[in-house]
Amino acid sequence: MPDAGGTETLLDIRDLRIEATVYAPGEDPRDVVIVDGISFKLAKGRVLGLIGESGAGKSTIGLSSMGYGRGGVRITGGEIIVNGRDIRKLGPRGLRKLRGSEVCYVAQSAAAAFNPAHKLMDQVVEAALRHGTANRREAEARAVELFRKLSLPNPETIGKRYPHQVSGGQLQRVMTAMALCSKPDLIVFDEPTTALDVTTQIDVLAAIKDAIADTHVAALYITHDLAVVAQVSDEIMVLRHGKMIEHGETRQIIEAPRKDYTKALVSVRSIEHEEKKPATQPILRVEDVTAAYGGGVVRVLQDVSVDIFPGQTLAVVGESGSGKSTLARVITGLLPPLEGTVSFEGRPLPPRLANRTKDDLRELQMIYQMADVAMNPRQTVKTIIGRPLEFYFGMRGAERDRRVAELLEEIEMGKGFADRYPAELSGGQKQRVCIARALAAKPKLIICDEVTSALDPLVADGILKLLLDLQKREDVAYLFITHDLATVRAIADSIAVMYQGKVVRYGTKTEVLTPPYDDYTELLLSSVPEMEVGWLEKAIAGRRMEAAGN
Amino acid sequence: MGSSRILILIAQRIAMGVLLLFAVSALIFAGTQILPGDVAQSILGQAATPQALANLREELGLNDPAIVRYFRWLGGVLTGDLGTALSNGRDIASSLEDRLGNTLFLAAIAAIVSVPLAILLGLLAVRYRNGAIDKIISGLALASTSLPEFFIGYVLMLFFAVKLQWFPSVSTVYDTMSFVEKLRAVALPATALTFVVLAHMMRMTRAAILNVMQSAYIETAELKGLSPFQIIRRHAFPNAVAPIVNVVMLNLAYLVVGVVVIEVIFVYPGLGQYLVDHVTKRDVPVVQAVGLIFAAVYIGLNMIADIVAILANPRLRNPR
Repeated sequence: MPDAGGTETLLDIRDLRIEATVYAPGEDPRDVVIVDGISFKLAKGRVLGLIGESGAGKSTIGLSSMGYGRGGVRITGGEIIVNGRDIRKLGPRGLRKLRGSEVCYVAQSAAAAFNPAHKLMDQVVEAALRHGTANRREAEARAVELFRKLSLPNPETIGKRYPHQVSGGQLQRVMTAMALCSKPDLIVFDEPTTALDVTTQIDVLAAIKDAIADTHVAALYITHDLAVVAQVSDEIMVLRHGKMIEHGETRQIIEAPRKDYTKALVSVRSIEHEEKKPATQPILRVEDVTAAYGGGVVRVLQDVSVDIFPGQTLAVVGESGSGKSTLARVITGLLPPLEGTVSFEGRPLPPRLANRTKDDLRELQMIYQMADVAMNPRQTVKTIIGRPLEFYFGMRGAERDRRVAELLEEIEMGKGFADRYPAELSGGQKQRVCIARALAAKPKLIICDEVTSALDPLVADGILKLLLDLQKREDVAYLFITHDLATVRAIADSIAVMYQGKVVRYGTKTEVLTPPYDDYTELLLSSVPEMEVGWLEKAIAGRRMEAAGN
Repeated sequence: MGSSRILILIAQRIAMGVLLLFAVSALIFAGTQILPGDVAQSILGQAATPQALANLREELGLNDPAIVRYFRWLGGVLTGDLGTALSNGRDIASSLEDRLGNTLFLAAIAAIVSVPLAILLGLLAVRYRNGAIDKIISGLALASTSLPEFFIGYVLMLFFAVKLQWFPSVSTVYDTMSFVEKLRAVALPATALTFVVLAHMMRMTRAAILNVMQSAYIETAELKGLSPFQIIRRHAFPNAVAPIVNVVMLNLAYLVVGVVVIEVIFVYPGLGQYLVDHVTKRDVPVVQAVGLIFAAVYIGLNMIADIVAILANPRLRNPR
């Protein structure tokens, strides 16, 4: 069925409607619409980016092209036409024939999506063998060829390894090879690089893009990161609450978005933050700290020294495993350092949490990445925020309730939230409650450990703005741990770049973000996708030139 | 280098098992010391003269400190000498031999039937989970665990031995019996044992596989277009092996150690019956010896389960 462009339509979704049954505690089960009235066509060999916040229905739409619904999700309306036939009319047997042969899937976390009990090669060729598209020898030859195409190390032998024996970035590439191995017409990529470090992401992204181009496979590329999708897709569909907001060519969506919501997504992280001059007396000084786990066996911090000034923000940036969260554990006393000292307002803090005074504890508060698990699900917001008021200030009854109401005002939530439970709050609201709980102790320093990483970009923006406002009003200092450079730009006064347990670059924001860079900072900065079509090619070309130059 | 690490782990488990067995032997010995009365008294009876008692105590070495007697007993056990039974003066080791063989035979027959059946039923229950088949299997399994084993034993006896007369109600076996005759003799007790252990193994198999079925890699397998049975067999089962082997071994141990009731009901000449006989006769050396054998079986099977779990873990088998 050729469409207007003259190319053959592969996937034709018409008026798709998907529902799920929600079992909220204490309520009768009810049906909610997850995807509503979605229609689009995808021609052979084209890549469509599906973008939106969590709950926008993008993964659900992607999986529906395989006739699959996660959990209690049901496709209740519309047509899903793959290669000219409506797959909703296929029975379980017909769907099994479609999955893994015509349409394949690449999951977000390859580490979880591979079976730990089998070698990679057995899993990569499994679909091709099961569908009879190739015999074992042919399938393995193709797999090796794909490993090579995806620039995996040792393509001949990597298939003999088990999933836990290769790195996360490599696994994600092997998973792409697994999807390509049975020569499908369509691949659904579901946030394939979201779980990776930014310096790994760029390579995986480039490998996926090349593989798509070489094999002429069509793809649905699902992500919440518009800058990422701008690099790989031909067209983009913006989704919100299960409905389509805007659908167009990639360049149009990025450069000339029509709808307000799309404009907001494109211009996210545009917070302007003027850096403050460092004061003379730091509030917290970390000096030559070396720390290790396992009784000194695994060194995770090496000679780390940083200062945090009153009312200012030190951003600690680095990849997973760089030691940034360990630094927070040392400062809070959860992990006494092997060497070095941590001093607060000029006096050294006892290395162990147990030896610190109540006031030491009060002045240093912490906010975590997962607001969900940082709160007791059986306590109301009032109890959660009221607890530090009782513990540190002995507040009771009406006095405490008044202060809780004030704090709720401060985090821009009404006092109507006081009697709610965490389950009744959105992700952003939960993080706000955690901020209020930290503020309740009237701390001088708050350690924020990846506090916006689990949030959608627009919500994360709101949290960052709130933190900046609070800093102005309350004169509180932040130690802001993050892997996200855009967040660093938005909030930092000074920056420490960490790599393999060491601080490789440290100074004011302007100093750190102004060339000349050291190698690692250069790599880190150049790996962050920019909201620009063609950025990936430029970045990769830049790296190749540098590699050739060396 | 990988295999050496795994060998160290396995050696550690075996060493633990041996250590545990010594600890249990001390406990058994201590336990029998706490019992009221002494061996000389029980041999000679209430009417014995103090002189005769003192002579016998001297002869049996009962006046030595407990620690000396423990090591004397332990030394005997390690050299295959379990002592002599007080009640009939026979060598315990040689009377045990036949009994142990009979018990192991009964346990083996029950295991050969129940283990594959339990795993198969568990797989079926997972395949048709929450459907009619799952509910029927789970319901029957629950019913058979809820019924005490003596009840199952007597019901089997009533129908298959008394009414239908297919099998004998008394499961006596002799050395001269052929294998088939022996099979016929143990059919009813083996069936009763199967009922007792089946449910536990089946339900744990189901739970272990269902637990694995929540994993992301099961979704990957579904999205490859694999059939439900292929998914369970290839992707779920290998990852559920460790917990399944664990529960299987526990139940195998029960088949050996817990057969006392069934052996008594069916008058089967196994270890359990031997133990019960000698407990009533207060024959302490026999109770010690049988207790030690039961402990060894229990510890040995659990050790095997641990070793299988180590071998089944791809991370341990193939380190980075």
